[in-house]
Amino acid sequence: MYVAVKGGEAAIANAHRLLADRRRGDRSLPALSIEQIVAQLALGVDRIMAEASLYDRTLAALAMRQARGDMIEAIFILRAYRTTLPRFGYSNAIDTGAMLVERRISATYKDLPGGQLLGPTFDYTHRLLDPSLLSDNEVDAGLQRDAGPEPVMRVSDILASESLIEMEEPDETDTAPGDITREPLEFPLGRDERLQALARGDEGFLLALGYSTQRGYARTHPFAGEIRIGQVEVEIDIPELGFAVSLGRVQVTECQMVNQFKGSAKQPPQFTRGYGLVFGQSERKAMAMSLVDRALRAEEFGEDIVAPAQDEEFVISHSDNVQATGFVEHLKLPHYVDFQAELDLVRRMRREYDAANPAIEEMKEAAE
Amino acid sequence: MQTAAKTNPETHLSAQDAARKLRIERLARATVEEMEGVLEAIGGVPEATNLRGPETGLVMIRGRMGGTGSLFNLGEATVTRATVRLATGAVGHGQRLGGDKGAARLSAILDALAETPAHRATVETLCAAVAARIETEDSRLAAETAATRVDFFTMVRGDD
Repeated sequence: MYVAVKGGEAAIANAHRLLADRRRGDRSLPALSIEQIVAQLALGVDRIMAEASLYDRTLAALAMRQARGDMIEAIFILRAYRTTLPRFGYSNAIDTGAMLVERRISATYKDLPGGQLLGPTFDYTHRLLDPSLLSDNEVDAGLQRDAGPEPVMRVSDILASESLIEMEEPDETDTAPGDITREPLEFPLGRDERLQALARGDEGFLLALGYSTQRGYARTHPFAGEIRIGQVEVEIDIPELGFAVSLGRVQVTECQMVNQFKGSAKQPPQFTRGYGLVFGQSERKAMAMSLVDRALRAEEFGEDIVAPAQDEEFVISHSDNVQATGFVEHLKLPHYVDFQAELDLVRRMRREYDAANPAIEEMKEAAE
Repeated sequence: MQTAAKTNPETHLSAQDAARKLRIERLARATVEEMEGVLEAIGGVPEATNLRGPETGLVMIRGRMGGTGSLFNLGEATVTRATVRLATGAVGHGQRLGGDKGAARLSAILDALAETPAHRATVETLCAAVAARIETEDSRLAAETAATRVDFFTMVRGDD
């Protein structure tokens, strides 16, 4: 017999009202504006956009405020919102080679066309808390220097000119890639679907997996060939007009990881690649993504699959933090009936156990 | 906008199409203030019928593996688009990243106005001003980035 139980409407309504109160907090303080969040908590906003898989800084900042700074809750809200919008179409591929670069570094070449451009980085800071940020002091603007005409060449193109790295060229058909938002995941996946999943994957999960490959679980001997952050144009074909136009620019972070490969019967020894591409400024995520992308290409290169980071089904099935939080957090919802059934079962098993082992009961009594 | 783009083909546009492409792209980056300023100067926002939208939806942004290889879907962006027709019959398209419906509609109106000889020069002037602003912003960003470029120098060892 199944007995439906109702109740809790008033408690839920009051809890949500209390949530709104706590979200606003001390009323003697001014409320955060969306513009302030976009401008001053920019990297948090970028993480929400990347993992919600929706580029819109205003909406990501709104989600952050609504979620009281809980990143996964904010990602969840934004991911839910995107399902309410119609899909207008697909962009042409963004050209990261033509990026307006804000940061570009290479760990493989010291001197390279365009140079090492540090940009606004946390690298080389001392990671000491800065008490001056307790108050709102004047901040100097960045210095300026003549940028010069030299283009910021891709590091992979330097290696490619000697054929020492695998070529990345469009496949013969260059047809539409798989879209995990339209078709359910079916393993094995193509690299296209894996990259889409990794680009929206949880930063912490990918960081841990990338770290595991460095510690020996599927070692791929990586070098950060190039990391670049900057703005790229988003172009889309407009059938009414008969040509493509740019809708504006988005900021992305790209990481090209260069990895060892001893070659095979078909291919000479050469470097192979792991690729990371993420919305916004998100270097850690792009690096972790490129480590995991390379590890997941194990089968393609005939490598033994021995570690979690090489296991596509394990990695991709658990990289989405909205899915993960949904299943973990559902455990707190009422399971009263399930638990009653389990309780009855354990009681019955215990009675059977006790009946079958009278000697143990007698020994216990004797000991007392 | 429904078709899936396969590559970035090298298309050769007519001079007229090339000019319109540039115009629509610059209007996509124009601020509401910039557009309203121009419209006020020609007697306010003209009457316009909405043929489509303004409506907000998603465009799936594509990347290439390794930057140059096969396509993959990176993630979506919000896009707002509008198509309007003026009393003169001129039709204009506007679209831009983000969710600003008012801005998308204004840019569609300006695109339509540019199709009429009376206002073409006005809209072209606005577009030139937008392009100049973007150029200034980009130059500043490039100059700030250039100031963080590493100048390597070699330490000379004293013990050889």
